[in-house]
Amino acid sequence: MIKALMARLYQKYRTIPFPKGRPPALPERFRGLPSVKINMCADGCKTCIEICPTGAILQNHGLQIDLGKCLFCRDCEEACPSGAIRYGNDYRLAVRRREDLTLYAGREELKLAEEFDKRMKSILGRSLQLRQVSAGGCGACEADVNVLNTVGWDLGRFGIQFVASPRHADGILVTGPVTKNMELALRKTYEAVPSPKIIIAVGACAISGGPYIGREEVSDGMIADIPVDLFIPGCPPHPLTTLDGLLRLTGKIRERAKR
Amino acid sequence: MSGEERKFTQIRNGGAIPLESLPPWSVPDFISQLGGSLGNGLRVVSYFGTPGAKAGETWLYAVLALDAENKLFAGRTLVTEGGFPSLAVDYPQIQLFEREIAEQFGLVPSGHPWLKPVRYRRSWNGADAWNRPAGAEILPGAGNFFRVEGEEVHEVAVGPVHAGIIEPGHFRFQCHGENVMFLEIALGYQHRGVEEAMLGGPDKRTLHFAETLSGDSTIAHATVYSHLVESLTKTKKNARAQVINGVLLELERLANHTGDIGALAGDAAYLPASSFCGRIRGDFLNMTALVCGSRFGRGAVKPGGVGFDIDEAMRAELLRRLDAAEKDVVNAVNLVWDEQSVVARFEKTGTLTREMALELGVVGPAARAAGLSRDVRYDQPLGIYRMVHVPVSTYDTGDVFARAYVRWMEIRRSVEFIRDQLHSLPEGFRTALPGSIAKHSFAVALVEGWRGEVCHAAVTDGSGTFARYKVVDPSFHNWPALAYVLRGQEISDFPLCNKSFNLSYCGHDL
Repeated sequence: MIKALMARLYQKYRTIPFPKGRPPALPERFRGLPSVKINMCADGCKTCIEICPTGAILQNHGLQIDLGKCLFCRDCEEACPSGAIRYGNDYRLAVRRREDLTLYAGREELKLAEEFDKRMKSILGRSLQLRQVSAGGCGACEADVNVLNTVGWDLGRFGIQFVASPRHADGILVTGPVTKNMELALRKTYEAVPSPKIIIAVGACAISGGPYIGREEVSDGMIADIPVDLFIPGCPPHPLTTLDGLLRLTGKIRERAKR
Repeated sequence: MSGEERKFTQIRNGGAIPLESLPPWSVPDFISQLGGSLGNGLRVVSYFGTPGAKAGETWLYAVLALDAENKLFAGRTLVTEGGFPSLAVDYPQIQLFEREIAEQFGLVPSGHPWLKPVRYRRSWNGADAWNRPAGAEILPGAGNFFRVEGEEVHEVAVGPVHAGIIEPGHFRFQCHGENVMFLEIALGYQHRGVEEAMLGGPDKRTLHFAETLSGDSTIAHATVYSHLVESLTKTKKNARAQVINGVLLELERLANHTGDIGALAGDAAYLPASSFCGRIRGDFLNMTALVCGSRFGRGAVKPGGVGFDIDEAMRAELLRRLDAAEKDVVNAVNLVWDEQSVVARFEKTGTLTREMALELGVVGPAARAAGLSRDVRYDQPLGIYRMVHVPVSTYDTGDVFARAYVRWMEIRRSVEFIRDQLHSLPEGFRTALPGSIAKHSFAVALVEGWRGEVCHAAVTDGSGTFARYKVVDPSFHNWPALAYVLRGQEISDFPLCNKSFNLSYCGHDL
């Protein structure tokens, strides 16, 4: 017992001060919100479009990047002959609508997730119980969601918890490209959650299929007829990105923090 | 009989050979050579089908290891009709491989005692080993489970969706009161078709498939994939890149082993160690992120080199963080060994004897905890492990305690390895661009991931692309061992046993 107490002193208090204090430092090589300087693109150059493994980059009145498909792999940045694409270190990426994940000339910043409407906020704002369903996820998104329960992040202090039954849940957090073999289980879980309920799609797979986009064994992310309330892109998203999204949704972060 | 003399072809880990140097065997000779080898102490590394040139033809490839002599062997045969004899009754380590061949190519392994699908999907060639109608839906987990009958016997079904943040799978327990008589595990829910997606590669997506085969083993799978492409393109990874690759692989081991020991403490309701380890695991992940920007090592390892160099400042920072994390993890994990009630909970729970580990073909820490000296880094070294030997950590009780303790010994070894390697980083960072893939070739690469042996094998076609890409995650070898150790345990021991193996669902389901 005395050893455990000594260890407790030695290991110190480790919960991050965020969101009241500063977010934890991210590594220099962290890949967050990309920026595209279209005026730097060479005429007719399609290098990034061709190299992107998931087709996240399109030519549509200038370049578009769909962060819902983006793996943040840097293949485009490395291939770009003129240095027009750069991954920055802005970790804030969560949005409420699928189309808000697309960046193009004139929209270099994301329209970050807004909080619930008044009714939902009164029901779920102070206590949000989630059921997690992995539907073909590789384990990386799952692990970096799970890490929010460790002492460093302590998700419970925001009233957000993961529960063991859909009947106890206010919503589902989905990871993975939704394999055909998980479609039924996901649908049943969704139906078992009492209304009103929210759906959160975490990671490129759950949003668009990610690396498995277009493969016949998956349904390219969340089943089309189930509405998604929060999209958190990444492969996998950093825990800070996920936490930021959850706190924006529940109204615990409102302002656009300064860069 | 000349068949007595003939042996499977010896191959090299990380070596590519022309297909013609793997002379075909007749099916009976192949099966008898395979069975004879397994009887002589070789073990199955990989055993898989590949489409033949004509419709209805399937090649079977076997890759075997003779760890004691650090040797690998491969052989192949062409099956032209219906099926092939099963060896599963005599050699249970091969049973899941045979079921996989049945599911993917519609070949019936005759005499298989429990021929069920592995992933619940259609075959690659339209043939069906279970004669299911062509249009019928295949539901995961469908079909009969092994049942124990009796008045007081009951069945407990768990999953596919589990209580925590974890991948899906279905567990069917046959119980008498609290006592588990039998557990059968049905997987396949995570099946994304990665092997099928690899066909025709390598292309711009292939590395990303490898990296997401099992997310917690991103570095291990990316490393094996890179070795395979390097061997098929005769590309040499430069010395500094090899060292960085090794450092990343050991960081992956550190993060996962630390997390596992913490989770085991948590399942024994010992929260101090569980909380501390959960956080320290993050420190190791953040060291990986320092090198490559991603906590899971996405983009860190690629064919021909590594994605990122470690400069002088980063080297110093890594060493500083390694020292700090080592102190923290020693402090946290020693709490577990000092707490008698936790150790008592671990001891004699979920025991896998050495004999059963051998029979089931178990790999990784689970095998070493049962007293088997089985570690790819030592038995079939590749990359940096050819130069630097990591001592093999074993224990002999085969229970949850042993699996936890082997992880602990490996944490100590990995810290030493990383420290030594960072102190002696060779000069000259370079990434080689792999050229074209050798045509009509066969290549195998093995790496010891934190969970055990990761094996990728490839067969290339006449245009230098993958005609077959076979992945064996260590989980594929070890899932049956988890089901086995539950026999005679209480059902409440399941979480602890499960965590002590900590197997990948998607690595199995592919």
